[in-house]
Parts: sequence; structure tokens; C-alpha cells
Amino acid sequence: MNVLIQNGRLIDPANKIDSKQDLYIVDGKVAAIGSAPAGFKADRTIDAAGKVVAPGLVDLSARLREPGFEYKATLKSEMQAAVQGGVTSLVCPPDTDPVLDEPGLVEMLKHRARGLNQAHVHPLGALTHGLKGEALTELVELTGAGCIGFSQAETPIKDTTVLQRAMQYAATFGFTIWLRPQDAWIGRGGVAHSGPLASRLGLSGVPVMAETIALHTIFELMRSTGAKVHLCRMSSAAGLELVRAAKAEGLPITCDVGAHHVHLTDADINFFDSNARVDPPFRTQRDREAIRAGLLDGTIDAMCSDHTPCDDDEKLLPFGEASPGATGLELLLSLAIKWADDYAAAHGKEEALSRAIARVTTDAARVAGLAQAGQLGVGSVADVVVFDPAARWTVEGGALASQGKHTPFLGYELAGQVEATIVAGHVAYERNAS
Amino acid sequence: MLNPQLNKHGELQHLLTTEGLPKAIINQILDTASSFVSVSDREVKKVPLMRGKSVFNLFFENSTRTRTTFEIAAKRLSADVINLNIAASSASKGESLLDTIDNLSAMHADMFVVRHSQSGAPYLIAKHLQDTKQNHVHVVNAGDGRHAHPTQGLLDMYTIRHYKKDFTNLRVAIVGDILHSRVARSDIHALTTLGVPEIRAIGPHTLLPGGLEQLGVRTFTNMDEGLKDVDVIIMLRLQNERMSGALLPSAGEYFRAYGLTPERLALAKPDAIVMHPGPMNRGVEIDSAVADGPQAVILSQVTFGIAVRMAVMSILAGTQA
Repeated sequence: MNVLIQNGRLIDPANKIDSKQDLYIVDGKVAAIGSAPAGFKADRTIDAAGKVVAPGLVDLSARLREPGFEYKATLKSEMQAAVQGGVTSLVCPPDTDPVLDEPGLVEMLKHRARGLNQAHVHPLGALTHGLKGEALTELVELTGAGCIGFSQAETPIKDTTVLQRAMQYAATFGFTIWLRPQDAWIGRGGVAHSGPLASRLGLSGVPVMAETIALHTIFELMRSTGAKVHLCRMSSAAGLELVRAAKAEGLPITCDVGAHHVHLTDADINFFDSNARVDPPFRTQRDREAIRAGLLDGTIDAMCSDHTPCDDDEKLLPFGEASPGATGLELLLSLAIKWADDYAAAHGKEEALSRAIARVTTDAARVAGLAQAGQLGVGSVADVVVFDPAARWTVEGGALASQGKHTPFLGYELAGQVEATIVAGHVAYERNAS
Repeated sequence: MLNPQLNKHGELQHLLTTEGLPKAIINQILDTASSFVSVSDREVKKVPLMRGKSVFNLFFENSTRTRTTFEIAAKRLSADVINLNIAASSASKGESLLDTIDNLSAMHADMFVVRHSQSGAPYLIAKHLQDTKQNHVHVVNAGDGRHAHPTQGLLDMYTIRHYKKDFTNLRVAIVGDILHSRVARSDIHALTTLGVPEIRAIGPHTLLPGGLEQLGVRTFTNMDEGLKDVDVIIMLRLQNERMSGALLPSAGEYFRAYGLTPERLALAKPDAIVMHPGPMNRGVEIDSAVADGPQAVILSQVTFGIAVRMAVMSILAGTQA
């Protein structure tokens, strides 16, 4: 099928394009930009006048909840949410039930996802069996089954020797380990940032040092093992300072931040709003400013949705009992644009949007090692999002395709509406589909 | 979100915390309580202010003492009182908190007195009542996790006002496990609102939460220094499970460093009063000679507690949605 997307503002940060260009898609690939390839005849034409045409979003963390948590969300609902949010490639963590620690499970997930013919799903395998932090999984076999990296999801490894061995073994084959820097003991059971707010509300805290102690350990092990590490969900100014120094030192690290943390602080817990119960917890305004600055200067490579659909039974509970996490796939683009808008006020609008798109496309693809994703170079897989950067929408349960309706942004009006999402050349979502 | 315990007219809709509670409302509660103190001295200890109203004591965490004081207060207001010890019933059968509330609301409750081990649980209930348009039902927080115990805070204020008259020239010391204490938090907010110029928190670093300074509290780790020249000493109960572990090595060592003895009490002002929310651990946080001594007002607190809870319930019952 041949698709023409015309009259749009094409933003492709990887290829340094930001101008009004037409995009030609043939047989699932980008065939040309600007002028039509010889003999091109469009089967579908999308008029993107006044809209932005960009690479489909690459989300570094989206929980699809299958297998095992179908009551929270299903592959079907969340894959629909992905394309409705303009996300065409997503990385899913291994904390399903059973945990993604066997090649068969990974193959099954990939097979089921392919059948839905929507976003590309790239699983992270469990680094240890059952995420228990004891025995290594078959990293080579899991890679063969389609895992792009290995993670402990939300369960830190307690035994540092196991982490050291895991890093040595992963380094042997050049695999990347994805770790959320979180000490296994400090802040255990905590539900809010340790600080005046948690003290006032009587909530148990997670101190910043839960992150920094883990970072020190990870960096020290990297120096001796040579492993490549991607740091997930940075939350603190002090943590980012350590990452900045480690990058300057030349350690092979990348890192991401959850989109919510770019905008919110612990004050958004307000009167025990369990929608703001997330891991790691929202921290202070100073930490949020450091996250924004880190995104700008590249210390933080990418922004992800950290999509975690929860049902009412998990959220309509006292704050400390509520499950952590928020729905995010359909907010990622808007939250990136919101960052761009805030930043543009200081630095100029054109470049801001392009930079924000880079953080959710080409930069994220680089982190995940997805050569084809996050860019629109001629010959690459045609994953495209068309969106109206100015159109505003209100975040409400009914507006979301995800089965997860809980988000601290409930009731917010956000800019950025997805008009169409194209995955490998086929139109997977169109807002005004007739 | 506006303060969820006030209605749109700024009147008390629920009592959830002393934080942000306007001074005028605190004084209204204390003044009303004052008029109720004498009711308990009468031969017929009842007033008909809540006749026909149903008060549900919802205790998701056991506390015979607090539940009893609420029960007595409600009965002296002529309300019907239903005690539900949910720690031992629905919750263990897996019913959710809000399902329990919906069921009891269907039985035409007028007021829920809620004790819960989780900070913020009464807020969830108050919000649910608002979302389901049941604004005629009021919530009284009878202690939630580490967060708040506002009626205890208010009865402490009543006691201090009774003995000291004026708040604006006082030094108040709160001693012990501030980290886990909802009483300490409720006292700190109420004392601040009432204009106490110096609030001190005394305890080891392991029991002092971060950020106390931002609440306007001076922290002391040395008991003798912290008690010097104070007018009011509020001792906190040290829970058994905290007495040995990573927070404290032993009850004996705690008593040596932070127990209130007659010698230490002598460091405070000569007319200082000693308070304790109860139940006391004699020989752990307080010496019997002090607990039973002339400066202790601990039993007065209990008596005033009934009047303060009567005041809170009668004011809430009189608030129109």
C-alpha cells in the first residue's frame, strides 16, 4: 500500500529535518521525502496541513499487563492505547505473571502482539529467575527470543554479588542491563519522597539516597565489569548529578525519566491523591527542575510514559495501600509537548518541539538499540505519527483507550492531539476515521 | 482541591486534621467543649443535641479507649451509637473500605468516626461521600496512621488553655516518638495556629522525622536541654514494637535518655504541666512519681476529651451540607 502524507511540518530529529515536506510510503517503508518517487500513486492520502508529521513514538517503558494481569489491562486495550497515543514501538518490562524469564513466554508475547498488528513490542527479559535476584536467566536464549535487554523491573537485587555476576555475564555478550536505581533496603515500603510533605502527611518516605546509593554501586560495578547499563526512571537532582559525572567519565550509560516526573512534585499528592502514588515517588521542585535541565542538556537521554495501568480496586484505597503507577501511553506525546512549551518560553519555540520529539523518538530508539525506529530516513520502516501540536484535550477516563484510567493528570487540559498513527506503512489509528 | 474538611461556606464539614483548621473554628470547638464539661457533672449526663442521629464508630484498627470516649461523647449528645470493629470483620473478608462505607451509608449513618492504620484513610472516605453526593454524612478522624488525631490534638489544646489561659507566651515540648506519632502532628499544627511561639520536639534522631523545622518546630536530642524552661510537656507513648530494633536498642536505654523523671521535670518551669495521650508506659517514657505527681494533668485530659468530642460531633451535626 502506498501512503502519502502531505502538507505537514515534517520533524525528523535524527535526519535533522524540520520543514514542510511531503512523506511518501511504499510497502511499509519510507520511500521518499519532498518529491514523489518515480511512478508513485497514493492508495491513501493524509492531509497534514497545520499538523506535525514525526517518527512514531518509542516508549521505553509500557506495561501491557499480559500475561497474568488481564484484569488490569489486556494486550488489546493497551496496544490500542499505544497507537492512539502515537506510540509505534514500545519496550515492556518483565514484571508480568509469570515473569518474562523464559524464551517461550517472550515468544508468546511477541506472537500475540504481532497478531494485533499495531505497535512493535520489544520485551525486556528478566535478569534473574522470577526477578528474585538469585539465579541468572538464559540471557542468550532470551535475546534469541526477542528480548532487547534485561531488567529487574521494580525489584532491586539485594545481593551485590549477584548483580556483579549479572553484569559480568551480560558484558560477555554485549547485552544492556536496564536498572532502576533503588537500594533494596533504604526506603523499602516507602510511598512518598522523604521530606517535609511526607512528614506532614505521615507517609513513609523514600529518601533520595535510595537512588544515589544504588547509583554508586552500579557505577562501581560497571567500572570493574565493563557492562552497559540503562538507568530507568531517574527521580532526583542528586542522582542526575552522579549520572552526569559518570557520563563525563565515559561509562557506557544511558538514562530515562518518566514523563510524569518532568512535570509533577510531591506537592501533587495534595490530600492523599492515590493517583499520584508512583514509583519512584515524585520529589521536590528542585528535583523536577534538575530533570528538566537534564533532558535539555542530554544527561537524560529519553522520556518514557512508564505506562502502568491500574484498576479501581488498586487505586481507590488509602494512599499507602494503593498500587503505584499511572496510565501513560496516551499522555506521553502531550507531556513531551508540555515540556517543550514550558522550555520554549525561555528558549524559542521551533527548536523546543523538535528537541522534545527527539527525546521520545530517535533518542529512545538509540537507547533501546532499535536501528529502524524513531526516525524517517528513506528506506526505514514507516512508523509515523501525525499530530496537531496546538489542539487541546482534557484527560478523562472516557477519553483514554487504555484500561488504566488512573493518572495524576486527570482533569488537566493538555496540548497535542494525535490525528493518525502509521505502523510499518499501515494506518493503525486515525482520529477521524470514517 | 480546597480543604476537604470545610464546606463552601467555610464551616466544618468533617474533622480530618488540625492542619489548616482556622483559629476561629478551633476556638469555637474549645468554647463549645467548655459548655459541655458541666454536662458530665450532672445527674442526668445528657443533652438532646443529636437525638435521632446515628454515629458509626468505624475502627479499622483496635483502640478500646478512643472508641469508648467517642461512644460516651455521642451518647451524652443522645445519639445512637453503633460500634463496628472492622479490624475483625469485613476487611478480613476482603470487602473494600469504600464498599463498607457504602453499605453503612445505606443504613442511614449521619456520622462516621474513623480509626485506620493508613494515613489519609478518612480523606478517602470524605472524598467518596462527596463524589457520591452524600454531603449530609460527616467524618471524624479518630486517628489515621501516622498522620493525624485531631480530637486528641484539640483536647490537648483544651487542657493547655484550661491550665495556661494564654497560648502566645508558651514553650511547649513534645517528647518521644514523633516519627510515628499522629498526636504529635495534630498538636504541632494546632499549637502553631493558636500562636504558641516555641514548639520543641525532643527525641533521638531515629524518632524525629525530617522536615520538622519546616513545621516551625525546634528539635532537641538532649532531653535536659529540651525541657529547660518549658511551660507544657507532652509525653508520647512509645509503642512496644519500637522498643528494640534498629530505632532503639532497649526500653531501659530509652528511659535513661528520654524518660521523664522528677529531676528532669525540675528543669522545666515550676508550674509546668505534664500531659500524655495515654496509655502510659510507666518506667519507659515516664516515671510513676511524675505520672502521679501534682504537675500531671493526664486524667484531666481524659475528662476534657469527652467534652471536646461532644463539641466536635455537635458542631458537625449542626453543619448543613
